Amino acid sequence: MAQVVVETKNLTKAYDNFTAVDGLNLHIEESEIFGFLGPNGAGKTTTILMLLGLTEPSSGAAQVCGYNPTREPLKVKRIVGYLPEKVGFYEDLTARQNLGYTAELNRLSRKEAEERIGDLLATVGLSQVADQEVSKLSRGMKQRLGIADILVKEPKLAFLDEPTSGIDPEGIDDILNLIVSMAKKGITVIFCSHQLHQVQKICTRVGILAKGRLVAEGSIDRLGRQAVGGGRYRIKVQVAEPDPGLIDSLKRIKGVIEVQSSDNLLFISCDKDLRGQIAKTIVDSGSILVEMKIEEYGLEEIYKKYSHEA
Amino acid sequence: MYAVFRKELADHLSSKRFIILFILIFLAAIFATYIAFHNIRGEVSPTTEFIFLKLFTVSAEGWPNVLPPPFIFFISLFIPIIGIALGFDAISSERASGNLSRLLSQPIYRDSVINGKFLAGLFVLAIIIASVIAIVAGLGLRLIGVPPGSEEVLRIIVFALVSIIYGAFWMALAVLFSVLFNSAATSMLASLGLWIFFFFFMYIFPVIPEAVASASVPIDQNSSLEMLTKHVEIGGIIGRISPCTLYGEAVAALVIPELGSLNPVLLAISIFYAGRMLTPLPFGQSLLLVWPQLVSIIALAAVCFAVSYIRFMRQEIRSI
Repeated sequence: MAQVVVETKNLTKAYDNFTAVDGLNLHIEESEIFGFLGPNGAGKTTTILMLLGLTEPSSGAAQVCGYNPTREPLKVKRIVGYLPEKVGFYEDLTARQNLGYTAELNRLSRKEAEERIGDLLATVGLSQVADQEVSKLSRGMKQRLGIADILVKEPKLAFLDEPTSGIDPEGIDDILNLIVSMAKKGITVIFCSHQLHQVQKICTRVGILAKGRLVAEGSIDRLGRQAVGGGRYRIKVQVAEPDPGLIDSLKRIKGVIEVQSSDNLLFISCDKDLRGQIAKTIVDSGSILVEMKIEEYGLEEIYKKYSHEA
Repeated sequence: MYAVFRKELADHLSSKRFIILFILIFLAAIFATYIAFHNIRGEVSPTTEFIFLKLFTVSAEGWPNVLPPPFIFFISLFIPIIGIALGFDAISSERASGNLSRLLSQPIYRDSVINGKFLAGLFVLAIIIASVIAIVAGLGLRLIGVPPGSEEVLRIIVFALVSIIYGAFWMALAVLFSVLFNSAATSMLASLGLWIFFFFFMYIFPVIPEAVASASVPIDQNSSLEMLTKHVEIGGIIGRISPCTLYGEAVAALVIPELGSLNPVLLAISIFYAGRMLTPLPFGQSLLLVWPQLVSIIALAAVCFAVSYIRFMRQEIRSI
């Protein structure tokens, strides 16, 4: 049983004239990469700020690694890293000095800090520019420095708010790889982004927030089945020289609901993963099976569906 | 908080801003000492008790009468500027550069940020003021060859302390504006605007106190001495709304022991009846004379800091 890292119960943040976060129930486990999605103004950042203890919730409760962020903000901030959307550094200090300041704020000893910072700069590929002023670094480099900055405190949980916005494709790959390697080291990552294909690439689970409410939560393929396929599996089969009776015999398999065909392609809807039986049926019928796969649902479709519904 | 303090202090001391300010006030101090050295003989008589203090208060021929003596003028001109320069972008620059939310997500209390910044500014202020006074005192000692007496040393130390607190007031005001306004330029303009108003229109050329005094107690050539005193008294009260006036009076009483009253008319009357310059007041009496001024300056600094502290602590992070 994995340890629960973030748990919220009816977490709500209401301002005078609107509710930014409305009864949020989140449950995030250790070493997950959780994609936190939602249109601008949906309440993602407010949620993060509440989980960090930087903003007080109006009602509801949150637990981060077993601590209440409102009551014990320092304990939470000691083990949680936050990379804000528009992260900035002291431009006239070097990359190393900036990290040194963070280390000092986290009360690392000088020796420990030096070692750790050297390692981290190497991890994020900034060793070459470690002693240059931050003002001379590119945007992608600053973003990677931001990741190094949150790793200085060796966090258990990291919030990354749009870490890839405005960065070239290579830089994006670097950052995504860093995030995956963080998760491998046991750091839970909460990844906010509008770049859905990036989220799909690395996240194990996603939550979609719209107007302060969590409208969907779960693994991408489960959400996809629910949202787009009506809860069913869609299996795409390509056959060569199809036997005329093939469609009928496929329909007879228990669990198959619908079979559509166009040329050599068959789309089979079924309520569980029946690939084995389908393959056998096709081969038995004398047709040649070229390719078969479960259709993946794009996060884009899922996202659109849920955020429109809300 | 110590980490914030250390970083801010290092930032200040290595910044171009600090170097420019230091050179500026250093040159002004040298200039004031030069003036004092050339004019001190004319002001000192065999009966003068506090020769060393004269270094700070000697005026030159042709120095405008409305202005305080050169050294006092320069220091009261530069202290607010230094205070404002140290504080006007304290919070807004952190916010604009995107450092603030990163900083606040570190395991420190939120007030450590503002406390550390304020203390670092105070420290720099103390360094500048102490070194300027030390320059004048050191140069003066070398030039006039008269060592200060113990009471003179005491007066100079209190003068330095008051100056630091006065600088702290302007810094706290600038920090407050840096919390309130998102843009550093707005914050600087607001603090400089207030300073210009308080320094020039309430203290150096007290047009506003004068107008109020004339409206409530009009005077002409035939006015009685009583009316004249009252007129000046009212002008003085209005003038004391300005922290610059408070500081000017406090400093005057500290470095001019002969100053027996803050009302120039009363002072002139007593000098007239005595037939000579008044005998110097003991230190305690001088302090008592401007005690309200001293307390007000301290209170103003404390209030400004407290308001910026509270505003900063309550500020919604989203807007940060």
